Amino acid sequence: MECITETKGDFLVVQVKGRMDAVTAPDFEKRCAEAIDAGKTSLVIDLGGLEYISSAGLRGILATAKKLKACQGRIAFANLSGMVQEVFAISGFTAMFSVYKSVEEATGA
Amino acid sequence: MASTLRLPAALDRLDQCREFVVGCAREAGLPDADTGKLELVLEELLVNVISHAYPDGPGEVELHCRTGEGGFLLDIRDQGAPFDPLAASGPDLDAGVDERPIGGLGIFFVRQMADGLAYRREGDANVLTVRFALPA
Repeated sequence: MECITETKGDFLVVQVKGRMDAVTAPDFEKRCAEAIDAGKTSLVIDLGGLEYISSAGLRGILATAKKLKACQGRIAFANLSGMVQEVFAISGFTAMFSVYKSVEEATGA
Repeated sequence: MASTLRLPAALDRLDQCREFVVGCAREAGLPDADTGKLELVLEELLVNVISHAYPDGPGEVELHCRTGEGGFLLDIRDQGAPFDPLAASGPDLDAGVDERPIGGLGIFFVRQMADGLAYRREGDANVLTVRFALPA
């Protein structure tokens, strides 16, 4: 798994590539926690390059969302496809979070 | 077709388990479109073995791939304390970010993705059999 971060206006876009599983999800959570601690409290997670996600990946996302909520931050997701989209849907994450078709739509650019 | 892999139940063996099981499934004729589901089921069940069967330290897990009942079958065997993962209750899918407990989705995914599941206690082992339907 690879995480690439880029600031776009008020948002920090976190582009996640590869596989978010029980081995790699803690890295995602750590990267996001570092960004939040550095004051980045509006995150857009770009999942366009993510091929696979398990419950461990969702756990990392949920922990990040809880941390953001505690500091009045916000989180949105963009570019879901394939099994990642399916896993988001059946777990109720699509309904629980703001999910957009593109990063531009998520940042309102 | 039948093939067995026995290895330490540890997260750093996840990739090895996945390569073995996906390789067997492809050989058995499981379509590529279904391998993501198989990988998800495998990961959730392995994580389950690591955390529930062997909470206090290392143990081994055996993966046995075969075909039968019109499908690809995977038996996951551990020597941990008796534990039926299928007996767990499901998560609350409508809860919000605050109420959602961290975790509890793994077995739910397994139930959603697999075409068949069966647990049995065999001697000192837990055996969970997962079935994925193969195209006729």
